[in-house]
Amino acid sequence: MTDPLLRVEGVWKHYHRHSVLRGIDLEVRPHEVVCLIGASGSGKSTLLRCVNMLETIDDGSIFLDGREITDPDVDEDEVRRRIGIVFQAFNLFPHMTVLDNITLAPRKVHKVGRAQAEEHARDLLARFGLADKAGAYPDRLSGGQQQRVAIIRALATQPRLMLLDEVTSALDPALVKEVLGIVRELKEGEMTMILATHEMSFAREIADTVCFLDGGVLRERGTAEQIFTDPRDPRTRDFLRSVL
Amino acid sequence: MKDLDPATRDNERTGAWVKSEQQVRREATRRKRALRSGSLATASTVVFLVLILWGVTASPGWPRVQETFFNPEAFVRALPDVLDGFLLNIKIFLIAEPLILLVGLLVAMVRSLKSPIFFPLRALAIAYVDIFRGVPTILVIYLVGFGLPALELQGVPTDLATLGIIALTLSYGAYVAEVFRAGIESVHPSQRSAARSLGLTHGQSMRYVVLPQAVRRVVPPLLNDFVSLQKDTALVATIGPLEALRQAQIHASGTFNYTPYLVAALLFILLTIPMARFTDYLAIRSQRRRGQ
Repeated sequence: MTDPLLRVEGVWKHYHRHSVLRGIDLEVRPHEVVCLIGASGSGKSTLLRCVNMLETIDDGSIFLDGREITDPDVDEDEVRRRIGIVFQAFNLFPHMTVLDNITLAPRKVHKVGRAQAEEHARDLLARFGLADKAGAYPDRLSGGQQQRVAIIRALATQPRLMLLDEVTSALDPALVKEVLGIVRELKEGEMTMILATHEMSFAREIADTVCFLDGGVLRERGTAEQIFTDPRDPRTRDFLRSVL
Repeated sequence: MKDLDPATRDNERTGAWVKSEQQVRREATRRKRALRSGSLATASTVVFLVLILWGVTASPGWPRVQETFFNPEAFVRALPDVLDGFLLNIKIFLIAEPLILLVGLLVAMVRSLKSPIFFPLRALAIAYVDIFRGVPTILVIYLVGFGLPALELQGVPTDLATLGIIALTLSYGAYVAEVFRAGIESVHPSQRSAARSLGLTHGQSMRYVVLPQAVRRVVPPLLNDFVSLQKDTALVATIGPLEALRQAQIHASGTFNYTPYLVAALLFILLTIPMARFTDYLAIRSQRRRGQ
């Protein structure tokens, strides 16, 4: 078995006096797609934000490529360069065109030349059916288009790992499809991904591994097939019964 | 794309719709109402102005006031000198304005630094804003105008207008810093998260993501501060350079006629009104953009 790309060990996170993550353990192998499922407030988003160091964890450790990234001496910016994250609310930069949104990090962080960065960005846009939107500002795009641009923006830095935080939750059903299409393509491109999602049928289709979180605890972990057809933990069973 | 009225556009698309009689009546009523409110506004404005004018001119002291404040002869005599002084006001304003923007932006950015190394700088920035927002501008002008040269330090300017510019920059820089800071804080934290998650450093996130959005938002309040700065250049008169107010004072003290002050006031109004309208225009435009 290959070494894990990401290893999460006994991670705790508190907000004020409430524990959001209570000793999470998780391993993600290269090219693996992991779906985190669970009710709102179960800690899915927080876990992703901790992996991307947008939140400081309160205990435990996280390793990326075998190196501990939760060591206070580690260069956070360098770690984030290897991880792409896409948010539920897109968070595109409203004052920049689509093209500038996508090329900002490659140009300023990875020091790629403008021409090369733009060429790569246009390739990505064309691949995901957005070629004509390069010069548009985000507020001219539909939610689905914005989210696809956000995914391309994260992809443009060629991350080792992609974190997708409920990327379809802010979209109406018609637009969900186009965003899920792009995620499917990422899987075909063998991208390692962790998705927090409420789309159960999509999780079942795309995930290699499904993790069920409940009250900040990882209750059950298994293949998509096993979790959805034969959940062992009674809480997983209750949750799936309530959403399916 | 050209803006067509809805009827034309619809006709082009379907070739079928003709405006209904009900809609024609509705629009006629609306036009009539618009005309009525327009004429009502005009009439009430005229009546209002006549009443004010009558009230002022009918007052017992009016002939004296007219003689001392609205003397055409004194007006013409003072105009060249006051206008000449006013050019200095404009110069002070034009030099002080970019300096103020620079100081304000720097102070606001220093206040947003998080690293402990910068604690002394941050403390200094907070102290600066607290002090100069608290001291009346006219006192700052006195302190800088008379205190700074009194130190007899090498390289300290002695030119009164320059000292005035330094004082105005210190005073307004504190206000403008707070305007910038409010702008920076109004950018949603998720924008910073998004920038940082792409690997941008704190400085890069600030420069490429937060500041461009912040500055756009604070343009109207900044212009408002500049309207105020334009007239506050007159406060520099207290330390002596020959700007508009000082020239007017000189004329007035020679003739005991106060019309020169009116000249100065008119010049200031002529300068600030376009700026005020421009501010309104920008505010409306940004509102319209948000509404889209």
